[in-house]
Amino acid sequence: MPMPRRARVCPPAGVAATGSAREGGSNRLSPRGPGRGGGWGTCTVDLPLAMVYFDHAATTPLRPAVLDVLTEEFGRLGNASSLHGAGRGARRVVEEAREAIAESLGCTPNEVVFTSGGTEADNLAVKGLYWARSAADPARRRILVGAAEHHAVLDPARWLADHQGAVYEELPVDPSGQVRPETLRAAIERDPADVALVSVQWANNEVGTVQPIAELAAIAGDHGIPFHTDAVQAVGAEPVDFAGAGVAALTLTGHKVGGPVGAGALLLARGVDPVPVLHGGGQEREVRSGTLTTPLLRGFATAVRSAVGERVDHAARLRALRADLVDAVSAAVPDVVVNGHPDQRLPGIANLTFPGCEGDALLMLLDARGIECSTGSACSAGVSQASHVLLAMGCPPEAARGSLRFSLGHGSTHADIAELADAIGPAVQRARAALDHRR
Amino acid sequence: MSGGVDSAVAAARAAEAGHDVTGVHLALSKNPQSYRTGARGCCTVEDSRDARRAADVIGIPFYVWDMAEEFDREVVQDFVAEYAAGRTPNPCLRCNEKIKFAAVLDRAIALGFDAVATGHHVRMLDGRLRRSVDLAKDQSYVLAVLTSEQLAHSLFPLGDCTKDEVRAEADRRGLAVAAKPDSHDICFIADGDTAGFLNGRLGSEEGPIVDTDGAVVGTHSGAHAYTVGQRKGLNLGGAVDRRYVLSIEPVNNTVTVGPRDALEVDEIIGERPVWNGRAPSSVPFEATVQLRAHGEVHACRARERDGALVIELDAPATGVAAGQAAVLYDDDIVLASATIAATSRRAATAV
Repeated sequence: MPMPRRARVCPPAGVAATGSAREGGSNRLSPRGPGRGGGWGTCTVDLPLAMVYFDHAATTPLRPAVLDVLTEEFGRLGNASSLHGAGRGARRVVEEAREAIAESLGCTPNEVVFTSGGTEADNLAVKGLYWARSAADPARRRILVGAAEHHAVLDPARWLADHQGAVYEELPVDPSGQVRPETLRAAIERDPADVALVSVQWANNEVGTVQPIAELAAIAGDHGIPFHTDAVQAVGAEPVDFAGAGVAALTLTGHKVGGPVGAGALLLARGVDPVPVLHGGGQEREVRSGTLTTPLLRGFATAVRSAVGERVDHAARLRALRADLVDAVSAAVPDVVVNGHPDQRLPGIANLTFPGCEGDALLMLLDARGIECSTGSACSAGVSQASHVLLAMGCPPEAARGSLRFSLGHGSTHADIAELADAIGPAVQRARAALDHRR
Repeated sequence: MSGGVDSAVAAARAAEAGHDVTGVHLALSKNPQSYRTGARGCCTVEDSRDARRAADVIGIPFYVWDMAEEFDREVVQDFVAEYAAGRTPNPCLRCNEKIKFAAVLDRAIALGFDAVATGHHVRMLDGRLRRSVDLAKDQSYVLAVLTSEQLAHSLFPLGDCTKDEVRAEADRRGLAVAAKPDSHDICFIADGDTAGFLNGRLGSEEGPIVDTDGAVVGTHSGAHAYTVGQRKGLNLGGAVDRRYVLSIEPVNNTVTVGPRDALEVDEIIGERPVWNGRAPSSVPFEATVQLRAHGEVHACRARERDGALVIELDAPATGVAAGQAAVLYDDDIVLASATIAATSRRAATAV
């Protein structure tokens, strides 16, 4: 289903608008056009500014059909936990959402635990499974996590090690970003009895590398160890089948597939019962508390169903666009390095290293041209870090700092790539000059 | 954009003047943050958020630039080395000289910008640096070190108004930092304990406090905790008359004290002079000189000699510390700046 491009995207005024003024270089302080400034512009459906959005892995536009159901559902009254008619109405919506997600992802409705998003689901999996497993047998202290996991997995695991007596162990990744099955097997077999859980993402959010999840999960399963996977980036891009993969727990979130921010889920196999992170009303299987966000969950399920249904065509389209993007950038910057696995990777992510550049300088220059992409993770003060993912893959720190992620999605076009192709060469030249100054 | 009111209003004014403005907050700390290997310190998280919010309100793009390595090398290490050498550095001046109008400006120019605009209270007219109209907030003393090349790429939108006016304007513009308190402390010594910071970097070793005759009159707990002209904290006991720190000699870990009149100097040698308000002159000319931040001005005659600035004060001054800047003015126009290297008392001339 094609999405109207740039619908309801609302950048700060003055970001995208200043592109042409900055192109020339010396006219950096040139007068600005009228109507800029004044804070965030009013949101319009048809944004007049030319914006090229290559950050779909951060978040992707809301699907119009999702907006419709959100609008409808936000107008309705009812707490899904209430016993009266309004409550039953809300409950019905929630359960239909649960069934839709189950059907889309190969699990039963009972295995769907709704959360506020990916971070909460990852925390519930890592902390909750650690607490449950170590309570059942105090020898189970070791947490095995992929070295390239998202911080929503790494940080809870490290927190458990710092504060709760866990033993934190990273599973190294190979230069393509994959955890090799023999790596996991060797780590477990050092002492299978002390492993509390294993967590390896389905697909990496920065470089797009897809893991051999079924194989990894089977190794953990051979030893009766619960295996969690963060599939936030995989849903809608890869064939994600919960039962088929044999995992104990799987994280997904709505806003990466055209759903609303603020709704996600942890799929939990029967018999896998983490200790709750959020205590309260016990709304979700006594594992997660908090009033169910009926409208968001309906929007979430609508998005997941659409994304999974469109997956094959969508992925094929993104693969072609990505190839185009890599070719175009390589033509402008011949020494660019493409990171990640050559073929076992998400269709829409291109992670590129620009030797001699700082990624945040490049990002700023592209942003000034209305081209939006991403460096690795940023700390809360906004400083770009060398990506721990690239470092784990053996990338030298300087190269890691010179890397950008371009992620494609609904609305991405060949025209976007043509704009990038025009802008990237001069931007790289300037970023190189800026870095030369620092040395 | 530090996250304070001055840089927020400066950015707003620059944008309103028609410039294509990008907000930049400098991350200057390397404090490790848990759970993020290599993470930069977040002593600045709140300031960074304030700055980002101000940029939002003004309607300009905003980025954080990581200058922690440069800051540590050029400012923090210099600060420690200066104290280790018995001098009293001014880290804000050094930051302007080496970071804001050097590392940041160089990077900005390379990336296609034309100038750095800051919220300093100082004016620039016809390429010459002048004091702010708000003399209490004037920062020309810590900017006088900038060369004419640096000044040519600098904008100071706030010099023609008072701090109160800046705050009122911030309020009018809806900037939440309008009432944010001024920062006073050295930014990289968060708790304000400079002596403790230096002890941590340099160690502290007890040593003698001697008078001008060399007689030991007390004991100090680390020579770098003292500054020329200091009277408090010497703990010499009641038997000794009022004594002031005259000099600090790190090599033999000795602090020399003496009476107030022994502090009086009227000749100052300044190293590495930077001239921007007038041409260097080996012929003495009349000027005024400021010898520390927010210090009073002294009438003097100055000239350049063998690449150094020689300043003869009309009347003696006290509390003149090596390492501080001597900034020459003609009324409110900055003429030159140099680092105080030596001070002396001219031979008394017959009256």
